[in-house]
Amino acid sequence: MADPIRWARYRWQRLISTEGRECSSNNSSSKCYQSPKTTGKHRIVIPCLGHFKEEYEKVSKLYMNNKIRTTRYTLLNFLPRNLYEQFHRVANLYFLFLVVLNWVPVVEAFQKEITMLPLIGVLTIIAVKDGLEDYSRYKMDKQINNLVTKVYSRKEKKYIDECWKNVSVGDFVRLSRNEIIPADMVLLYSSDPDGICYIETAGLDGETNLKQRQVVRGYSEQVSEIDPEEFSSRIECESPSNDLSRFRGFVEHSNMDRVGLSKENLLLRGCTVRNTEAVVGIVVYAGHETKAMLNNSGPHYKRSKLERKVNTDILWCVLLLLLMCLTGAIGHGIWLSRYSETPFFNIPGPDGKLSPPALAGFYMFWTMIILLQVLIPVSLYVSIEIVKLGQIYLIQNDIDFYHEKTDSTIQCRALNIAEDLGQIQYIFSDKTGTLTENKMVFRRCTIAGQEYCHEENAKRLEAYQEMDSEDEDPADCQCGSSTPTSKCQGHNNRAVCEPLNRKPLNQLSGSYSAFKRQDEAGDIPHSGHMAFSSPIETDVVPDKQLLEKFSQISYQQSEETSSKLSLETMYITDFFLALAICNTVVVSGPNQPRQKMRLSSLSRMPIKSLEEIRQMFQRFSVRRLSSSPLPSVKESSSVSPNSFVRKLSIFRMKLASSNLDGAAQRVSEPQNTDSPEDSQVPGELHLVNVAAGGEPSHAVSSVELSPIPKPCYEAESPDEAALVHAARAYKCVLQSRTPDRVTVDFAGLGSLTFQLLHILPFDSLRKRMSVVVRHPVSNKVIVYTKGADSVMMDLLRTASEVHTNNSEIEEKIKERTQQHLDDYARRGLRTLCIAKKVMSDAEYAEWLNHRFVAETSIDNREDLLLESAMRLETKLTLLGATGIEDRLQEGVPDTIQALRKAGIKIWMLTGDKRETAVNIAYACKLLEPEDRIFTLKSQSRDACALVMSKILEGIQKNASIKEKNSEKLGNVSASPSAQARGFNAGLVIDGRTLEHVLHDSLQNIFLELTEECRAVVCCQATPLQKSVLVKLVRSKLKAMTLAVGDGANDVSMIQVADTGVGISGQEGMQAVMASDFAISQFRHLRKLLLVHGHWCYTRLTNMVLYFFYKNVTYVNLLFWYQFFCGFSGTSMTDYWILILFNLLFTSVPPIIYGVLDKDVSAEILMELPQLYTTSQKSVAYLPSAFWITLLDAFYQSLVCFFVPYFTYCGSDIDIFSFGNPINTSALFIMLFHLLIECKSVTWIHAVVIVGSILFYFVFSLAVGATCKTHNPRSDFYWIMEQHMTDPVFYLVCLLTTCIALLPRYLIRVLQGTLFPSPVLRAKYLVRLSPEEQRKAIKRWKDECNVNDRVELQPTSVPSSSAAGAVLEEETTDSALPASKTPFHSSSCCIAPF
Amino acid sequence: MSCEEQLRNGGCLASRKGAFGDGHRSLCNSLRQGWEIAGIFLSFIKPFRISQEREPRFSQRRGGQALEQVARKAGESPSPEALRRREGQPILTAGTVLPAFFIIGLIFIPIGIGIFVTSNNIREYEIDYTGTEPFSPCNKCLNVSWDSPCTCTINFTLEHSFESNVFMYYGLSNFYQNHRRYVKSRDDSQLNGDNSSLHNPSKECEPYRTNEDKPIAPCGAIANSMFNDTLELYRIDNDTRTPITLIKKGIAWWTDKNVKFRNPTGDGNNLTALFQGTTKPVNWPKPVYMLDPEPDNNGFINEDFIVWMRTAALPTFRKLYRLIERKNNLQPTLQAGKYSLDIAYNYPVHSFDGRKRMILSTISWMGGKNPFLGIAYITVGSICFFLGVVLLFIHHKYGNRNTSADIPN
Repeated sequence: MADPIRWARYRWQRLISTEGRECSSNNSSSKCYQSPKTTGKHRIVIPCLGHFKEEYEKVSKLYMNNKIRTTRYTLLNFLPRNLYEQFHRVANLYFLFLVVLNWVPVVEAFQKEITMLPLIGVLTIIAVKDGLEDYSRYKMDKQINNLVTKVYSRKEKKYIDECWKNVSVGDFVRLSRNEIIPADMVLLYSSDPDGICYIETAGLDGETNLKQRQVVRGYSEQVSEIDPEEFSSRIECESPSNDLSRFRGFVEHSNMDRVGLSKENLLLRGCTVRNTEAVVGIVVYAGHETKAMLNNSGPHYKRSKLERKVNTDILWCVLLLLLMCLTGAIGHGIWLSRYSETPFFNIPGPDGKLSPPALAGFYMFWTMIILLQVLIPVSLYVSIEIVKLGQIYLIQNDIDFYHEKTDSTIQCRALNIAEDLGQIQYIFSDKTGTLTENKMVFRRCTIAGQEYCHEENAKRLEAYQEMDSEDEDPADCQCGSSTPTSKCQGHNNRAVCEPLNRKPLNQLSGSYSAFKRQDEAGDIPHSGHMAFSSPIETDVVPDKQLLEKFSQISYQQSEETSSKLSLETMYITDFFLALAICNTVVVSGPNQPRQKMRLSSLSRMPIKSLEEIRQMFQRFSVRRLSSSPLPSVKESSSVSPNSFVRKLSIFRMKLASSNLDGAAQRVSEPQNTDSPEDSQVPGELHLVNVAAGGEPSHAVSSVELSPIPKPCYEAESPDEAALVHAARAYKCVLQSRTPDRVTVDFAGLGSLTFQLLHILPFDSLRKRMSVVVRHPVSNKVIVYTKGADSVMMDLLRTASEVHTNNSEIEEKIKERTQQHLDDYARRGLRTLCIAKKVMSDAEYAEWLNHRFVAETSIDNREDLLLESAMRLETKLTLLGATGIEDRLQEGVPDTIQALRKAGIKIWMLTGDKRETAVNIAYACKLLEPEDRIFTLKSQSRDACALVMSKILEGIQKNASIKEKNSEKLGNVSASPSAQARGFNAGLVIDGRTLEHVLHDSLQNIFLELTEECRAVVCCQATPLQKSVLVKLVRSKLKAMTLAVGDGANDVSMIQVADTGVGISGQEGMQAVMASDFAISQFRHLRKLLLVHGHWCYTRLTNMVLYFFYKNVTYVNLLFWYQFFCGFSGTSMTDYWILILFNLLFTSVPPIIYGVLDKDVSAEILMELPQLYTTSQKSVAYLPSAFWITLLDAFYQSLVCFFVPYFTYCGSDIDIFSFGNPINTSALFIMLFHLLIECKSVTWIHAVVIVGSILFYFVFSLAVGATCKTHNPRSDFYWIMEQHMTDPVFYLVCLLTTCIALLPRYLIRVLQGTLFPSPVLRAKYLVRLSPEEQRKAIKRWKDECNVNDRVELQPTSVPSSSAAGAVLEEETTDSALPASKTPFHSSSCCIAPF
Repeated sequence: MSCEEQLRNGGCLASRKGAFGDGHRSLCNSLRQGWEIAGIFLSFIKPFRISQEREPRFSQRRGGQALEQVARKAGESPSPEALRRREGQPILTAGTVLPAFFIIGLIFIPIGIGIFVTSNNIREYEIDYTGTEPFSPCNKCLNVSWDSPCTCTINFTLEHSFESNVFMYYGLSNFYQNHRRYVKSRDDSQLNGDNSSLHNPSKECEPYRTNEDKPIAPCGAIANSMFNDTLELYRIDNDTRTPITLIKKGIAWWTDKNVKFRNPTGDGNNLTALFQGTTKPVNWPKPVYMLDPEPDNNGFINEDFIVWMRTAALPTFRKLYRLIERKNNLQPTLQAGKYSLDIAYNYPVHSFDGRKRMILSTISWMGGKNPFLGIAYITVGSICFFLGVVLLFIHHKYGNRNTSADIPN
């Protein structure tokens, strides 16, 4: 309760204190360090400790504390606020107005209380609904607020447990491994010696890889944990903003020294501390001011398109109502003026005077409004709410949305836009984690020109999920590996699969939520929940052929002298070494996941600074220059002047020499490496050549038998992890990695420890990364480089540079590898080239000098670093290439194809780089290989505009050519050639260009262009750009948009779109929290849209139309009666029955209809996505449908009134006896009307309808029997009883019902027989036997293809997509462009009937 | 909470991963609570859903048995599903609705004929005695007021004899007894004998609630404007006027007479005393307790009064005035011949162009004479039959293509 007040106070204070705060800071620091421009945008964070106390009180109290509140209501303000919000609905205001109106005596039509009944009913139901929703939010807030963290307490001088909500700005928080960060904090201490802390931001941006955070400079040197008591600095940083990637500020020490802060120093709320034992930070933003919360704009209320349309139709109803009331008013005036003197049945008002006809007419107008109020369907709103609730209940309980691995199913978080799912025109999809699993899987590789296609591995992957691998199987068989080997692998394969099958279960049981984990003791091993470590990624089944070759290494070493190792084997060795080394993967022990593993023998070496190391290195390399070209290990060790180099020589290995390096050496270190004491004495190092004798087998077996724990790899990118895991499969196991060394357990030969000289990290400009290591055997400096083939191929050494006879071979390798790479790219694999380079020490030293200059220079340091990297990465020798699959989620291509056929345009918006995005777009069939891809990549806006208009021109020209050709061809032949078909356009655009494109001036042309394109891929898009794009399409194209994503970077897009879908699962909850629907797999979108969207939409529209019909019909009955009662506003039905007719007797059947009706079965809807267009294009609820419904309503009401009228006219019938048959037949008509409209009638419909009728009779009988003195009118007494014994009553009802429903029935019958709609036709399919059905569906598809071709010609303008089914061609297996999808995905075929 | 429990409680599955997993689960819980309420609405759907949404798999999900599900998916045989689907899916086509049209036709036409014949057998005779025409005997009474009696006699001849019981009605035209404010202008509690309402009538009765500070009984405009012509019927047989016995009891609904309308209760049965302190309606010549000499037809339970109080639905209406019972089986109730109607003409209708009529009618099981219903039934029946034939033609020509696997283009 106190929160909003505090919030308001805070806001106020912030408003007024911007100047004041500045002054205070000026005073205290006696130095104005704020530039005037940024004044007021800063916040000062001071710990609440001794000497700062005063200032702390002054400053920090102004900031929000860490308590969050996302609810809308509190217990006290619920009623007023909810009412206030509800009366924003025009309909509710209208009913309020009616209630008030009825209290005016002159116009009073009903009893005052009765008019309030509907309104109160509506308000209550909605209020209860809102209350429940809010309560769930409240409970969630409470749970989060009460999470416990360790906060430094001044009183107790130690960290004590504190609830999240009590954390405030300036507090010191100490977190252990796997704890969740409670607020945005500046990192002041990390137990990591490098001052690094790893956090997992999955909860925030959905990326599962670890992010590094750095302790604030100046604090990282501290060895011991920071003591809050001694913290005497102040932190100044910018005011809270929602930009996750930006944080600026500085720490000012007591001695006025300032240290800059960047986002590298900021720990974000909601992230999890990984891999780091303990961290301490000072809170800078708390609660709602944290970046995570600012990005979460809270509950977002959307109104569905249908609802908006209903509102316009309600306006029509209002107009109709006014017209009818006007008729009544004028009629009453005329009727009155006919009498020269007052007839005695026209009684004067209570004052005894009669008003003149004009005034009476005016009064009558308002009376009529009250009387005919039902025309505005009050029950409609309640019913829509209930129906949506029911629909969502059904969606939530659909078993098909259950995903076993994540044990999650669909969650509908927005209760009121289910029907929008049926109208989606554009889908904006995130890539990583949405389309893909975010799991990189090693698929195949090529080494030295020989491809190894890893069939077994492919089979293994298939075993995981029954992927419809329509293209994989045949593709895999084409590869160069010999087929005989694959045959004998059946059992082998199974053996591997068996443990794999068990694994998901383990993972399920092990993967508790992060909170759960926190509760448990921290050291319990967690098998699951590790970035890129699911078995599907980690387990690679080695290729048999490759494994054989690889194992030769170990055998060949026995013939030590004859270094007859084939060149190929050397390539293979180097290839896998590169895979294992050339990365930034962190190794952690399996029992302590997320913890760096260091070899126990390597004592922690205090690294003073980078500078020192560099100097050390330089010295080292300079000396190396003087050493012999083939330096022995001993030499190198002995000259190593310090402990750093000393460690280099610690290895124990037997390795067949590499003739590529030219130095075949086998060395072995007999001394135990386990004791650091020993290794500290460099002089004692010996080199002992061990006779190979029986060693190899021993070595191998020792590796295999020793229970070496499987290391866990944590990589910054999943590709790296995949490669390391692949290398491990070939027994080239990355054992440990420290900043200065890498240990690789190599194929049973023991550990090789490489001295890590440099890592040149990946950047998008170079598109490659390199490591520089010193080979422990040859002691040569080797550069391993991996990168995109586009750049790598140019960096290889050319024949002229090679003087050996290998040049030819290398050329050949290069050629063949390029072939394989092209093949991989076609398969949608992510390709990486692996190359290496051997450097002489001289070369290296020279380069190192350059490097050093670059690193120490201040001006254009970046450029120099880049230059030095370029210098290094030249004259490479190509080893091979890898193909990694960023695994698509199950069923994604199918889903995308189906959604496309359903007439939905799909855009992919991703933050990833272009190559990856395009690769995935191909893989998921968003782009087809023969599509022409236009890439927008412009530096300036003008250039961008130019390019776009050019592309557009080209496309349009193509379209016209195609049109012409197809016209020609349409006359001649049915198989147009590829040229005739033209091309399909795909647009790829990157983030920077997007910035230009989204500028006002270019928006239109951009949208025009995108409309022409079959698919749009936006890469490197920021979250903001994503949401702007969605907004643009939504507002400019007036299209229904759906955004689907899984991470926090998709949140804004999800919120902006008409429908936001979050993918839950392993990623964080941010997207899910912001979404309207949360699904666990992308493929679920198919059923969600095609089946549930279609159903929800059709159901709801039909129900809405039915409600209009029902109300118009019923109101018109009253209206017709006015012509026979002098327009006096009399109703011929009891008020109670009149009001309750809508609320009770005829409300349940339409609700059941709205919840359960199925025009076509789910199976058929899934089979024929084309049917989606009926709901997408609002076929069921066109304006004409509304007016036809109204017309029918008029007809039926006329029948319903005049049949009884003519029957009873002139008889002694009294008012209610006259009204009763009318009312009763109206009930029958409406219920049977519903039955005609129902597409699926089940026993439940029957029960409800019969129940409604019975209820009506029982109620009428009860009223008739009891209410004999109910003022003001008790004429209903005994009327129902009387009629129930009267045959004429039944005859009238029967006749009325038949006449009233005859036209609609007839039209439906004729429609069903002569002009069935696609939906109806699909319904016939249901009746067929399965085989027939399958045949029929196939025929339908084929037929549509033909139609498509034929129909396309006249209507190839995209906007011509009219009613009917959008039918696209099947593009499954035919590789011929000739039969590929027509140009516009939105172009459609109107199936003529 | 185990997964199974969650499932049981409405299928709300919490993702167990993610940083906010537990909080999320709490959301799930509360959502589930919401669902429990929604479940009240929807609980009846569940058995339905079981059949519609492939419940077997749902139940397996509770067990969480992955393999079974996979196995089931593989071995799913479509035939029983297809069979089930064929049942409850009505498709309106010519073929399926043909029988309905013929049946309606075949049922409606006989009913219509029956009604028509019955209606035709009803004898009805109607005299307008408003007296607007100058030659009418009642012309002199045209401008009569409420309390200045005027009598006139109209002679008429019945061409056919009335065999069964005859109902004598008075009919009014252009009289809007269904005017909203007129209809409301009554106090049912008062009429039901409630003493407090008797002395303090409802406000609805205004401006006929009180007169000279005394409550009016019965109050309101309906009672005030009660039809007060007196009609007497004579058979003229060779210039002798034989009065025909008109029974004035049994013309109101039994429930009205015995339940809805009651005289005030109090000491003794003297109505005069019971109505003490009230005054008569303005237009009435006599107070309510002097409507009829017979005590069980006096006061509020006077049947003429009760019949009047049942307000007519349409501006042209008739109300039952008297019954003429058939004396014996040998003679018709009213023989063909000459009759005369004596009218005590009190009720002024000329001011609003009203008409007054006297109607003699026999009735059947379906009430008075009205040919409409019969004709309507016959017409609708014929139309349905005709449509049936048309649909038969359509069905033969176009119907087949939809039922076969061949989808029309």
